Amino acid sequence: MTDIAARQLPRSSNGKIGDPLFRGVATFFAVLVLVILSGVMIALVHGALPALGHFGFGFLLTDSWNPVTDKFGALAPIVGTLLTSAIAMLIGIPLAFGVAVFITELCPVWLKRPLSTIIELLAAVPSIIYGIWGLFVFAPFMQSYVEPAIVNTLGNVPGIGRFFAGPPLGIGILTAGIILGIMVLPFISSIMRDVFETVPLILKESAYGLGSTTWEVMWQVVLPFTRIGVVGGIMLGLGRALGETMAVTFVIGNAHRVQTSILAPGTTISASLANEFTEAVGDLYLSSLFALGFILFVITFIVLAIAKLMLVQMSKRAGT
Amino acid sequence: MSAVSPIYARRKRANMLLVAAALAATTIAVAWLFVILYELLLNGLSALGPTLFTQMTPPPGSKGGLLNPIMGSILMTVIGTLIGAPVGIMAGTYLAEYGQHSRIAGVVRFINDILLSAPSIIVGLFVYDIMVLQMGHFSGWAGSVALAILVVPVVVRTTEDMLTLVPNGLREAATALGAPKWKVIVTVAYRAAMQGMLTGIMLAIARIAGETAPLLFTALNNQFWTTNLNAPMANLPVVIFQFAMSPYADWQSLAWGGALLITFTILILNITARIVATWSSFSR
Repeated sequence: MTDIAARQLPRSSNGKIGDPLFRGVATFFAVLVLVILSGVMIALVHGALPALGHFGFGFLLTDSWNPVTDKFGALAPIVGTLLTSAIAMLIGIPLAFGVAVFITELCPVWLKRPLSTIIELLAAVPSIIYGIWGLFVFAPFMQSYVEPAIVNTLGNVPGIGRFFAGPPLGIGILTAGIILGIMVLPFISSIMRDVFETVPLILKESAYGLGSTTWEVMWQVVLPFTRIGVVGGIMLGLGRALGETMAVTFVIGNAHRVQTSILAPGTTISASLANEFTEAVGDLYLSSLFALGFILFVITFIVLAIAKLMLVQMSKRAGT
Repeated sequence: MSAVSPIYARRKRANMLLVAAALAATTIAVAWLFVILYELLLNGLSALGPTLFTQMTPPPGSKGGLLNPIMGSILMTVIGTLIGAPVGIMAGTYLAEYGQHSRIAGVVRFINDILLSAPSIIVGLFVYDIMVLQMGHFSGWAGSVALAILVVPVVVRTTEDMLTLVPNGLREAATALGAPKWKVIVTVAYRAAMQGMLTGIMLAIARIAGETAPLLFTALNNQFWTTNLNAPMANLPVVIFQFAMSPYADWQSLAWGGALLITFTILILNITARIVATWSSFSR
């Protein structure tokens, strides 16, 4: 008896040192996550200040980008980022919705898992692979088939024709946007799938019982019920599209001009950074690139924060 | 029988349209993956040979391999994981075991989810500012730290999710036997959540193995063999970027070879991670 008691004594005292220590370490690393994000913000502001101070608010509104004369403006990359992301959303949202509908409503049970895995592997393929594939395979395809067709049809429509005009180069805003659309598809569709599955079965069954078709159940029961979650998923995809770097860098053409045609080469914030950062000489040049990074960070932060808030609201509702 | 009301016919047509569109969308998505894999095999297999793994990156216009970038990538991925995974596990432990519904845990969770989707190139800028500028040169260490920062949010998320799934009864039983809380977490909760946490770490490795953007301004590139983490270090993604954008056929072929290597490594990691994850649900 005494033996056991003696052996147990030091053990029970373990908790006195071990517990606060373990708790402290865990708390420290949790706070470190906050420190990393604040650090990112501080580093970007610190790097961007010289450029923002020098150019002022006009930095956002001018599209000159001239390292020789030290004149920098962020308009072209900002417009390029927004345009490519808009095209990506136009392509990615319907596709993602179709995939989510197919997986939740139409596909046989045995196919669900493998199909979901394949779609998720689409997200696992690194962006540089999309880039090299886009440059060598997709851009030539766009150049010889898709873009001439666009120029010959939409390009001749009076009024909107100039948005689809110009020589078919293969690389440009449109190509980058399409590749981005495919890249964000799995992120959006997996969230859509998750929120679609939170719809109480009884709601869907009642609608089917009343004779609704699958389309009517999706459009009038499932979507209204999951609206916040779906929009949250879309915002998350948008956040990804805005910040995507390598896939875009390969196929955008890196031209610092604001052009009317979506077939023309352009640039995005991330592509400018990837292409120019290590070659930037001069403090103002480097600082201007930091300022671009800061703008990108602010935009994506806002988009992702909205996405997160919407998804939290969705999961709260699903819980009740 | 044949007299179907026009309204019913219209509804049926609309439904057929949706079904067809959903099927088409799924086909496009699936086909896209296979087209990419097919092109990778088509262009990459010719570059795949023993020289790819035994020779250094060549100067333009001559033959060579990818030994130094392969080693650099492995080294930085391993170090990045060794730094990032413990941080992520501990932070995830805090969220699941200590913080739970507290305000600070809510903030950490929110920020972590933003870091999870934040553009990786921004992380590169951050590490450039805090490490490369301070040290005065690009380095393998800076690359590893940038990758570690990308590992953290993935691991935090999965660790928390997996620990939350551990039934409270297990913790209560261990506590009732007199185990202090840290011991309950380490020997009971971690053990029960082991496969899930492992899955998270593997997914994180798969994510950083192909990351290019954060390495561009941190590890940069190096034409030569080095294991010195204080010097610029070659790595597969940046080499692929540089070689693919070059006009030289030899370099482009090597880029395809590297792309094939990286993609299949990542896909295998991903699939293994999924298999590990299903294990745990079977054993429970």
